[in-house]
Amino acid sequence: MKILVPVKRVIDYNVKVRIKQDCSDVDLSNTKMSINPFCEIAVEEALRLKEAGTASEVIAVCIGPKIVKEQILAALAMGADRAIRIDVEEQPEPLVIARLLAKVAEQEDAGLIMMGKQAIDSDNNQVGQMLAGIMGRPQGTFASVVKIEGDEALVTREVDGGLQTVALKLPAIVTADLRLNEPRFTKLPDIMKAKRKPIAETTAADLGVEVTSTQQQLSVAAPATRQAGIKVASVDELVDKLKNEAKVI
Amino acid sequence: MSQYHPPVLDAKFILDQLIGFDGLCEKLQLEDINIDLADAVLEEAGKLSSEVFAPLNWDTDQNPAQWADNSVTQSPGLKEAYQQFVDNGWSTLTAPEEFGGQNLPQVLGTAVSEMWQASNMAFALCPLLSIGSVEALLAHGSDELKALYLPRLIAGEWTGTMNLTEPGAGSDLAAVSTTATPDGDHYRIKGQKIFITWGDHQMTPNIVHLVLARLPDAPPGVKGISLFIVPKFVLDENGEPGERNDVYPISIEHKLGIHGSPTCTMAFGDNEGAIGYLVGEPHKGLPYMFTMMNHARQGVGVQGLGISDRAYQQAVQYARERVQGKNKDGSKKPIIEYPDVRRMLLTMRSGVEAMRALALEASAALDFAHADNNSKEKYARLELFTPIVKGWMTEFAQELTSLNIQVHGGMGYVEETGAAQHFRDARILPIYEGTTAIQALDLIGRKVLMDGGVALESLLSDMAATANELSASSNADAQAFGASFAQAVDKARAAKEWLLTNAPSEKELSQAVCFDMLMAMGYLCGGWMQGRTLLAVIALTDANDDVYGEEFLAKKRISAMYYSQCLLPRALHHFGVMVQNPQALYEFAVDQF
Ligand SMILES: Cc1cc2nc3c(=O)[nH]c(=O)nc-3n(C[C@H](O)[C@H](O)[C@H](O)COP(=O)(O)OP(=O)(O)OC[C@H]3O[C@@H](n4cnc5c(N)ncnc54)[C@H](O)[C@@H]3O)c2cc1C
Repeated sequence: MKILVPVKRVIDYNVKVRIKQDCSDVDLSNTKMSINPFCEIAVEEALRLKEAGTASEVIAVCIGPKIVKEQILAALAMGADRAIRIDVEEQPEPLVIARLLAKVAEQEDAGLIMMGKQAIDSDNNQVGQMLAGIMGRPQGTFASVVKIEGDEALVTREVDGGLQTVALKLPAIVTADLRLNEPRFTKLPDIMKAKRKPIAETTAADLGVEVTSTQQQLSVAAPATRQAGIKVASVDELVDKLKNEAKVI
Repeated sequence: MSQYHPPVLDAKFILDQLIGFDGLCEKLQLEDINIDLADAVLEEAGKLSSEVFAPLNWDTDQNPAQWADNSVTQSPGLKEAYQQFVDNGWSTLTAPEEFGGQNLPQVLGTAVSEMWQASNMAFALCPLLSIGSVEALLAHGSDELKALYLPRLIAGEWTGTMNLTEPGAGSDLAAVSTTATPDGDHYRIKGQKIFITWGDHQMTPNIVHLVLARLPDAPPGVKGISLFIVPKFVLDENGEPGERNDVYPISIEHKLGIHGSPTCTMAFGDNEGAIGYLVGEPHKGLPYMFTMMNHARQGVGVQGLGISDRAYQQAVQYARERVQGKNKDGSKKPIIEYPDVRRMLLTMRSGVEAMRALALEASAALDFAHADNNSKEKYARLELFTPIVKGWMTEFAQELTSLNIQVHGGMGYVEETGAAQHFRDARILPIYEGTTAIQALDLIGRKVLMDGGVALESLLSDMAATANELSASSNADAQAFGASFAQAVDKARAAKEWLLTNAPSEKELSQAVCFDMLMAMGYLCGGWMQGRTLLAVIALTDANDDVYGEEFLAKKRISAMYYSQCLLPRALHHFGVMVQNPQALYEFAVDQF
């Protein structure tokens, strides 16, 4: 079974996000970029399935301009066998991404698409679900445990009330939650080997997908700065403030 | 304890902009190795150091290694950390491919080593010493010894130690008295070694001790010392650890710092005699040590750099949080707003950046020497740098780690903040691997007087070229830097001439002024690196670079200017003391103390 793992290049989770002066977008100039942490968890899970003998090949897919090679190399260094880059200038909308991934998944005949539940930059949490819809495949979202048994994937999902386990007929789409695993530290020899692993390049046109957009970003704004704390003199005052100022009780 | 932020971008900047990493790799005929790969390597090493080793640093300090029944147990957590280090292949970084190494340039190894040292120096000493034993075997071991030991040492399956010091032989290794007696195909080693770092532990199934000892027919003094390999467990016919050898840690020291690093008294041959194998030829032990010394001594200099950076990072964090005093509007003032606190922080930052650039320049000198078939000139440059990197950087680290305590005020003197640990840990650095005095003597004697100042003059003329380039720039900062740097280079030249003229006729002169020469050369080399940094920053800024970014470049520029304004003058001071040849030092008689 082949596992397809989409990886996205996003602003590093340690970086304090800056906003462009005209508020048109997040300022990404000279900012440290990394693999989206949820995608990294997905790569890790795919690798574990391969190491357990469940999967035969792990293929990373990355959508973006040349620069995303940095994240492709990181995924290859973690242990992915090969990679595909779909060349696009700007980050497309979730629906377009799902369409592109669907084409690649078909071409590769992937038995499992293991992906992050969302990207930490745009926080959409949509691609996995859309992809399942487009491909007409079962989905297991917010996975905290993934097991493959026969032709089924058993996925434990983190839902509001607790945990739910679903059985999905393969091929299927699974989206990783934070607690699925802890990604490994990359090994030095694997960093060296990554450069020699194949990276195929393709385009949206080659895949027959039109890159359109239906949304327009109007503005972005920084979160309001936190107010300084105050000391209250008594429990009564605290309760009063919570009730009447903060309006939380 | 304080969070450690590995200096990935700064290391990349220095490798790319000052060292010319890609060009170096080409010279070394390393295909496929370039600055992007170096960046990926630094990034991963940074992760492991900050996420695994750094959080253990304080625990290691509080839970020192334990000795019982001639056996040492390392601090909790270190075995797992070591395993992770090894599993991830980090012990193989610079070792040759032939024995399982990754064959990456030394300069990249140094940039990575800084992160291990900064995150947990007591722990990182262990792999550092293993590299030392690998170097010794590579350079001088027989094919048989290499085949038996190198792959395991390089893979980190076993660790290595250096057994030089004895109660009567510290700075003066000629006094080594441990003996080696031929016994069939091997030797029996008898004697006691003291202060042996990581002499015993339970992290690996074997430990490989490199030991200096005397053969029965050895001439006295320096010309009669041989180098032996003494495994903790003698290898069986399959090359696996077999019988326990007669070498035991009989105690460990209670130390000021590096508590996680067991410092052992090692008894060789208290029973039947420890089985050892001769490395290379008889009586060549000390010259062999000298061939490895560049790496080992520079490695200790890098410890000074790493720990200073850690101290700096902690100081900044505290200075932002601690409020003391008020602004006019009544709001509380974080201490970082006080110019004197900023003076301390900037001294640390600018000093650390100068040290980092110098450490990489000096270790790249090793690579460039290799690439050039160890040409005499390239090798001389390397050799000149070594005592400066070791001596100056470890002395400077004393001041910088102390400044961290000063920034913390009273809390710095209290153990719980962890500021004191860096200061305590750093204190060993000017002592082991040859004290500062030994470095200074090496610099003035072997590296300057011995060749009549040729290697030094070659370095000074490179520096003069940098000064000219700075002065010729249209940038005002560069011009100002160039003027003060040119002055410092002139002072250095005058001091060199003075030394060459006067040292031969005055018996104690070179020994009396060597420390000031060492420190002067350190601050001068730091200035050279900061001057080159400034030139690179100006070029990148003019070219609207978007790799490093405006803010990074601005910080580098100011840090370089601070160096030229506040730290470079220290070179003038030390050269001044040197050529003044302070008579009081000679006049005050030994029995007047
Ligand atoms: C924590 C720790 C770890 C160590 N690890 C190792 C190890 O792994 N392997 C190993 O072999 N050794 C190790 N050492 C030993 C270390 O290298 C020696 O302590 C060091 O070389 C100094 O020797 P000494 O202690 O005998 O001091 P001494 O040589 O007695 O020096 C005392 C003072 O006299 C000065 N002095 C001595 N000779 C001269 C001279 N000719 N000119 C001017 N000044 C001089 C010194 O600079 C110093 O200030 C370690 C020591 C410590 C404390």
